Amino acid sequence: MEKIVFYILALIMIACAIASVSSRNMLRSVVYLLFVLIGIAGIYFLIDYNFLAAIQLTVYAGGIIVLIIFSVLLVHHIEMELELAKISKLILTAIACLIGLGVFLTTIYSTEFTAVENYKSTTVEDIGLGLLSYGDGGFILPFEVISVLLLAAMIGAIIIAKGDKLTQKNDEI
Amino acid sequence: MIAGISIYEIFTLSSILFFIGIYGFITRKNLISILISIELILNASAVNFVVINKYLYPDALQGVYFSIFIIAVAAAETALAIAIIINLYRLISSVEVKDTEIMKY
Repeated sequence: MEKIVFYILALIMIACAIASVSSRNMLRSVVYLLFVLIGIAGIYFLIDYNFLAAIQLTVYAGGIIVLIIFSVLLVHHIEMELELAKISKLILTAIACLIGLGVFLTTIYSTEFTAVENYKSTTVEDIGLGLLSYGDGGFILPFEVISVLLLAAMIGAIIIAKGDKLTQKNDEI
Repeated sequence: MIAGISIYEIFTLSSILFFIGIYGFITRKNLISILISIELILNASAVNFVVINKYLYPDALQGVYFSIFIIAVAAAETALAIAIIINLYRLISSVEVKDTEIMKY
């Protein structure tokens, strides 16, 4: 059962990813990306990391996709079609990517992984305790650095997007 | 772990997603499309972290933490990139790569 679900998810994700990078309509390409992100959340659900799947759904599907759709609507006409690169360049890039994929897959399949059979699930409590512990293997410092990074990104985004008006107002005062 | 699915199949899926992202990154001519491709690449790597954690080291949680950090950095990066794109659109009325000749005005 889980096997079938995984294969269906994988097929949907690969098809939507290809559609997302090759669609000429900007808005459709964003919606295809949304399907890929939801598929990845489905894989997180399948391997029993429910918290991560919830984060994936809220941050990506709820936040980033809406942000990208807003910016598409702000900077594009709906019917505008994107221009494509030259056909020779497309084929050359596809061949290079296939060669890279081949190298990856041969490396992966020639490596012996010793998978550990386990079906235990991780609770949110475990993740939170590990993230905030300052003992061995604790992640308190990266956690704080990430929060500072998010604050800096928020201020930076506001200043970049509104910069001109903000500085003009300061000059008047 | 997923019953009946080995680690190789999930690695195959994430490498395919990664290279589709790289293909889009190189061939697209639009700043927002390039951003979409970057999201694909970041997601493929986050899946790898989680899967390696679950299949090879089920007692540790480091892969989950790294995935959370990847998602946070991706969110910050997207917000900044979209701010830059909107500002650029105000300046030159275009988001095509070939029109983007100035970074400072």
